[in-house]
Amino acid sequence: MLYFLPQKLFLFDSLSLFFLVVILIVSLPSLVYSFGYLKGDYSAAKIFLAQVLLLAFVLFMALIVSVRNCLIFLVFWEIMSLVSYFLVIFDTKHARSIQAGLIYIVMTHIGTAFIIAAFMILHNHAHSFDFFAIKNACLAMPSQTKNIVFLLFLIGFGTKAGIVPLHIWLPYAHPQAPSHISSIMSGVMIKTAIYGIIRFVMFILGVNSSWWGVLILILAVITCLVGIIYALMERDIKRLLAYSSVENIGIILLGVGLSMFFISLNLPYLAVFSLIAGLYHLVNHAIFKGLLFLCAGSVYKATGTRDIEKLGGLIKKMPQTSAYFLLGAMAISALPPLNGFVSEWLTLQAFFLGAFNVIGGSKLFLGICAAMLALTSGLAAACFVKAFGVTFLAKPKSHYAESAKEVALSMRIGMLILAVLIVIFGLAAALIIKLLAKVSGSALSIDISNMSFCLNNFTLFPQMAKNVYLSTPLLALWLIILGITGFAIYRIFGRGKLTIYKTWDCGYYKLDSRNEYTATAFSKPFRIAFSFFLLPYRKTQKIRESFYHIKSFTYETRTTKIFKKYIYDPVLAMVLKAAMFMRRIQPGSIHLYLGYIFITLLLLLIFMRQF
Amino acid sequence: MMIILQIILLIITAPLLSGLITKIKNNLRMRKGQSVLQPYYNLAKLFFKDEVISETASWIFRVTPFVVLSSTLVVGILIPVFIFTSPVHQMGDFLVIVFIFALGRFFLALSALDTGSSFGGMGASREMFISSLVEPALCMVIFAVSLQFGSTDISAFSSMHVISVSSVVAALALFLITIAETSRIPVDNQETHLELTMVHEAMVLEYSGRSLALIEMASYIKQMILFFLIAQLIFPIGLPVGNFAQILPWVLWYLIRIGIIAVLVALVEVSVAKMRLFRVADFLGFAFVLGVVATVCAILGV
Repeated sequence: MLYFLPQKLFLFDSLSLFFLVVILIVSLPSLVYSFGYLKGDYSAAKIFLAQVLLLAFVLFMALIVSVRNCLIFLVFWEIMSLVSYFLVIFDTKHARSIQAGLIYIVMTHIGTAFIIAAFMILHNHAHSFDFFAIKNACLAMPSQTKNIVFLLFLIGFGTKAGIVPLHIWLPYAHPQAPSHISSIMSGVMIKTAIYGIIRFVMFILGVNSSWWGVLILILAVITCLVGIIYALMERDIKRLLAYSSVENIGIILLGVGLSMFFISLNLPYLAVFSLIAGLYHLVNHAIFKGLLFLCAGSVYKATGTRDIEKLGGLIKKMPQTSAYFLLGAMAISALPPLNGFVSEWLTLQAFFLGAFNVIGGSKLFLGICAAMLALTSGLAAACFVKAFGVTFLAKPKSHYAESAKEVALSMRIGMLILAVLIVIFGLAAALIIKLLAKVSGSALSIDISNMSFCLNNFTLFPQMAKNVYLSTPLLALWLIILGITGFAIYRIFGRGKLTIYKTWDCGYYKLDSRNEYTATAFSKPFRIAFSFFLLPYRKTQKIRESFYHIKSFTYETRTTKIFKKYIYDPVLAMVLKAAMFMRRIQPGSIHLYLGYIFITLLLLLIFMRQF
Repeated sequence: MMIILQIILLIITAPLLSGLITKIKNNLRMRKGQSVLQPYYNLAKLFFKDEVISETASWIFRVTPFVVLSSTLVVGILIPVFIFTSPVHQMGDFLVIVFIFALGRFFLALSALDTGSSFGGMGASREMFISSLVEPALCMVIFAVSLQFGSTDISAFSSMHVISVSSVVAALALFLITIAETSRIPVDNQETHLELTMVHEAMVLEYSGRSLALIEMASYIKQMILFFLIAQLIFPIGLPVGNFAQILPWVLWYLIRIGIIAVLVALVEVSVAKMRLFRVADFLGFAFVLGVVATVCAILGV
């Protein structure tokens, strides 16, 4: 029955295994979490449907990263997209889900179309869909064709990954799905696109010229900055996280692009090192973004709102969820000694090491890319101070937050697993890098046997760098030792007594949650500094009772999404216009339709006479 | 052993720097001014005072002083000020310092939001704004400096013996960054508690007593470390090999260099006006451009 299937269907090399691990590492905690999350809000049949879809989703992602045939890959890719579409529109109660689903399915199919085009070109050259047959055929492929295939893959997979300006669907689709699905979509699904880029561009196609890497680096820098600036402006916690995923895809692509750049310059050690940095950030992002989405889901479950302006004070109501969110926020802001810090350090180090080994203007280019990465991480810290501070700290800003309670045990267990992984991936960096070196070496077909990345099991030591070390366990140890010393001094020598009293209110005596700083206010300096990009719109209206007394005051602000306004909306308008034009030939008259059939028949007959 | 000596010396000398700058500023303004030792008196006073904690605050507010202090001290043991190579130099390189400072800042900003006071939120928002713009400039400076050595190793940075155009420009960029990071005019003003202008002071407004003393101490040490880095760029004199006989002249030389930077900072503070918060973006943008210039100089080898 399966006669059409090729002989060798699966490929379990270290790259595939790595992605399988990433998929499972996020999916299993999400599955545990889903039992508590789905309970109560949906009917039993719908919960069953959700679990089946979830399992199918995970299964097809796993199949995508382990097949070795383009055609089968494409089929699984499409099934994954469809299953995730059904998960996006799972909450059919909300009209927004349907809209989000529509945007998602349109964008993902545009991407798939490009991937199909690339596969067709490859098949044309290799006369096979097998990965290794294509890989061999690619050696003899003209470089012009390679460039075209690369661009097709970049657009195709870039749509799935959410590279700016193809990110448009991400902030709609990810927040709309149930939270454990968001965590898998943001944590893992967009990574399958990175798998596609690494597998098809780096492994099969082979890097052809240095502009590939440069193009990816430039796109990655733009993706980072745009993603995090939009995240800073956001007040819907899940959309904030979705935009932050855009940013993190950018950071991952910095590692990947840098690796391509170094391959073309024939610097194998650095190519492997950069890809390690990218892959490390990939798995890290899967973990902490998975965790943050689960936490956001818990907040939503407990309060019924995703608007952070209406939350606040949750650290006292939901101590565990807030501790997990804090850990995730620290990791994503690249704070030592957690995992996000290690991968950002590696990426920065890759830029620096690269700059020491290239010549002239390339040094400056790498330096500026590194500085933009630093800017991104600074903005990410600001964004997550906002997200954590406004959501969890101070006083509750609405009745939603006041009535919040800690979530069910299964949900907490799901979050706990990921939280532990954050710490492990931070402290055991050296061990993980040794594993990633193998993955990276096999993906790039570079022999890594005489390359070393670690001094011992605790300390990272890039071989090419002079005296550059990083030891997160040591760093953690010293942070704790010195913190405890500080605490001891505080306790032993401090004399005064401790009083718990109201926050200073300038003698007003009525300080309540309305006096708190809001998320919108928090992001105001950024809104003004990046106004050239955000084009903020602001409207204030005072309603006066008399000259002296203002009865009410309304303030409205929003930012302009320039990609939507200047790229997608015009294109959409054109498509609609074309559709309206085409509608004229379909007026509903049966006589006209019979006429069409007759004309078609005539034309066909004339055409067939040639044969 | 030497590392403990270094930490103690840093802790002892750090408040003096602030006292010195304040004294110079006051004298330049034809005032008598407070004693150079005033920061020590303040710290002692705060340390033995009663403490008030907001009832809105959570555990974040309580742990922040220790996180801030320990992250600053970790930088203190990581960089070689009085010793040639830190015994814990395997802990990290130059880039790590940026991330460790970010750790303290992250918690400080959270604790500011924790009390539910508008001042705290304002301070946190502004601090994160300024610091996120500092990061690219600082990264560029580190990039320019490390290009000269081919490494981001801190000891390499501290052991340079030649002065180059690149390091001078980098030092200038670092000077602007330091002004922003240590909340000095024209970016912030340590002397005022005016709602509209304060940044760092607004963040720590709810702290009192011992906790405030620890946070103040941490910011003194951070200031000292940043000044030391500038000094090392403009007066590139290597470090002593590390025995006790050599350490005394070294400490003196160290204090003189820091003193010169302090005079410069004081001069800047009395001669310019504080700028609007949104102009800070231009100010730090200029620091970034200087960083790029330093990088170009380093590439050209001058």
